[in-house]
Amino acid sequence: MKVAVCLKRVPDTTTKIEVGADGKSINPAGVQYVISPYDEFAVEEGIRRKEAAGEGSVTIVTVGPAASTDVIRKALGMGADDAVLATNEESLDPRRTAEALAGVLRDRGDDLVLFGRTSVDGQSAQVGAQVAGLLGIPYVGDVVGLEIEGRSAKITREVEGGHVVLRGDLPLAIGCQKGLNEPRYPSLKGIMMAKKKPIETVEATCGDPTVETVSLAPPPARPDGRIVGEGVDAVPELVRLLREEAKIV
Amino acid sequence: MNILVPIEVRSGEVKKPSLEALGLARSLAEGAGGEAIALVLTPGAEAIVESIATAGAHRILHCGADVYSRTASEALGREYARIAGERGIGLVLLAATVAGKERAAVTAGALGVAAANDATAVRLDGGSVLIERPVYAGKAVETLRTIGPVAVASIRPNYGPRADGSPAAEVEAIEPGLTDGDLRLTVESFEASAGKAVDLTEAEIIVSGGRGLGSPENFALLESLAARLGAVVGASRAVVDAGWRPHSDQVGQTGKTVSPKLYIAVGISGAIQHLAGMSSSRNIVAINKDPNAPIFQIATYGIVGDLFEVVPRLEEELAAIL
Repeated sequence: MKVAVCLKRVPDTTTKIEVGADGKSINPAGVQYVISPYDEFAVEEGIRRKEAAGEGSVTIVTVGPAASTDVIRKALGMGADDAVLATNEESLDPRRTAEALAGVLRDRGDDLVLFGRTSVDGQSAQVGAQVAGLLGIPYVGDVVGLEIEGRSAKITREVEGGHVVLRGDLPLAIGCQKGLNEPRYPSLKGIMMAKKKPIETVEATCGDPTVETVSLAPPPARPDGRIVGEGVDAVPELVRLLREEAKIV
Repeated sequence: MNILVPIEVRSGEVKKPSLEALGLARSLAEGAGGEAIALVLTPGAEAIVESIATAGAHRILHCGADVYSRTASEALGREYARIAGERGIGLVLLAATVAGKERAAVTAGALGVAAANDATAVRLDGGSVLIERPVYAGKAVETLRTIGPVAVASIRPNYGPRADGSPAAEVEAIEPGLTDGDLRLTVESFEASAGKAVDLTEAEIIVSGGRGLGSPENFALLESLAARLGAVVGASRAVVDAGWRPHSDQVGQTGKTVSPKLYIAVGISGAIQHLAGMSSSRNIVAINKDPNAPIFQIATYGIVGDLFEVVPRLEEELAAIL
């Protein structure tokens, strides 16, 4: 079972985000970086698939700055075997990110290419499908269930109001959703071993942009709110405001 | 500019956000001397077409071939791209539902462009499309400009205008562009979850509960209030992780992003990851016994108090006027 897990290095959500001087990107000062949370389900799933098959490999593939080795080591500590980092210091749109990832994945012949359902910074829910299209394999996102027997897969995906069940053959690309598994914490032994696992560095290659960032701005300011009051006595006033001011009830 | 709007149908029903995308497409297309073209690919297409005839499309393309009941996004997206090419489409605009965003990504891939998913605003500017969309867990908004002759975008639920009552569309039957042999994945079934009629992402009013509720049984308080308001019940990550509520109820960074007219946060402290999922709600009411809870910083109206007293009283007061 040959598995590739595409992993993105993102700012920790608790980090304060400030727009940088160029008005188009964030100010990197003080930003802490982590594995994009949904990608952890992908790393975990890859390791479980290899364990279930009793053989194979799990390779982390990342497009990002050279400093990305920090989060890659965490995934290696969970149990991935090796990694390829396609280095790129600028911010790439999802299509160009996908082109760079596909450039690494193209000749590998993976059985499974795993993604988080979306990144938590760009929030585009797109790269997995774009990579799959470039590789000529099908993609299913928001996956909460995956059963594989031989080359056949039964995939359960979460949509509004329920679950869709699909079937297909390997090779497949999957976008992992919360509920697919519980990501393991790296053991101390795993963290130590991760230091010796190979991270191959290549240059990211991609096509020309098809979107450009015009600006990055703070969200529109919410109108000022207020504490209406304390306890049950405040409730009639709240209802009056919801009716007369917000005009909702 | 001609705008193609694939209509999402689930269990024979049109998803409301698709009609919002259609309403947006109509207003954009009319401003640019083009057409809003709805696309319905599903068995039972003719009945669907009739139900959306005055929802804003200038033209509705439809095909009821049986194969579409088994077609997943990976093939549907390729169909959308093919039709976009054949019809001189400048923008493929979908609803930013789970399926919509996935199909937007596949369509964009087939057209060789990046999609702009989960937009909160879309405008046309000359031959390109300007899109505003939230990023960094809702802490910033990016504005993108598309490059090239065709763009793909999806609009967040509750952000597109409805165009009900528009003149009836021209209706055109088209041939299917694929057969079962073209499908790399087959959709086998859809299993509806028990409970909600309306998904959180489409709800107009949400009553959401956090750890302050104390136990899963106490969510009955919120369910009662929600029933009174015609609202949907949501949950913070803490109570989902504790097993009190299903993940599909979770609002937040690793849950759903919602944009209702009213979000009532009960016993929720307001961690950043939760705000990421609900900060674009039009009105926010917070009920919490901790006056320093971060949720009060974002709330339109707050009540500091014991939710076990406040929530029943709120339901009482609403019962008197609703």
